Amino acid sequence: MNTLTREPRESDRSQAEQFITPPASVTEIGDGYVLEIEMPGVKKDGLEISVEDNELTIIGRRSLPVVEGTLIHRESRPENFRRVFEIDPSIDAGKIGAKIDQGLVTLSLPKADHVKPRKITVS
Amino acid sequence: MNLIRYHAPNSAPWPALDRWSNLRDELNSLFDMPYWSGSGRTSQLFTGWSPALDLYESGDHCVAVVELPGMRKEDIDISLHDGTLTISGERKHESNNGETAQRTERYVGTFRRSIALPTRVDANKVNATYQDGILKVTLPKAEEAKPKQIQVR
Repeated sequence: MNTLTREPRESDRSQAEQFITPPASVTEIGDGYVLEIEMPGVKKDGLEISVEDNELTIIGRRSLPVVEGTLIHRESRPENFRRVFEIDPSIDAGKIGAKIDQGLVTLSLPKADHVKPRKITVS
Repeated sequence: MNLIRYHAPNSAPWPALDRWSNLRDELNSLFDMPYWSGSGRTSQLFTGWSPALDLYESGDHCVAVVELPGMRKEDIDISLHDGTLTISGERKHESNNGETAQRTERYVGTFRRSIALPTRVDANKVNATYQDGILKVTLPKAEEAKPKQIQVR
């Protein structure tokens, strides 16, 4: 079954705000999927998760630590994070769960009951 | 018989140059690869996991800020040697039975970052915090490296 992992192309987005695409992993476990996205510097209240027409959007706004002094070497990027996934119809959008721990967003996407394998007991 | 020599319309006057233009196309196509447009994934392609590191300097401190999402505090090592700060660690993959990876972009394994500090620091007073996936190492400058005000008498 083809699931979850198809993403809209970068060029489909025409948004004024600039985002960076964080690395993500998708794992299928039993009755659903686990989606992990790296968003360092994002706290719980900076996280915005929405589902609209099969599209799961995860936006992470950073609240970076304030450091006194002059920046003398920089590798990080200042933009916020955004990642969009097209979710498979087999996923029960009403039961998506999310948590964030040390900048790692973990979403659980359970499959809807009607697609789960079912055992029928013979009476 | 035809007296005018036939020239292929697209052949370059020197075959060697033609090969150069192929090479240029090859190189250009490299830049179109998705890895080049990603977020910091270019470096991962060649060197493994290389977390972003920022360094700040103020009058009496140096502060290193490193993006390390999804780590455990215990798996981060910080060391200071000869004015070089090294941050290393390992992210372990917790695998369960019956899981199937569908997409793997997150890097699992070890990393090591070193940076030469601009001044001498007091190794005994280094302090580190890890919050929201960001490691912040505060290194107080050694007394002799701090700016000094000299009073004119």
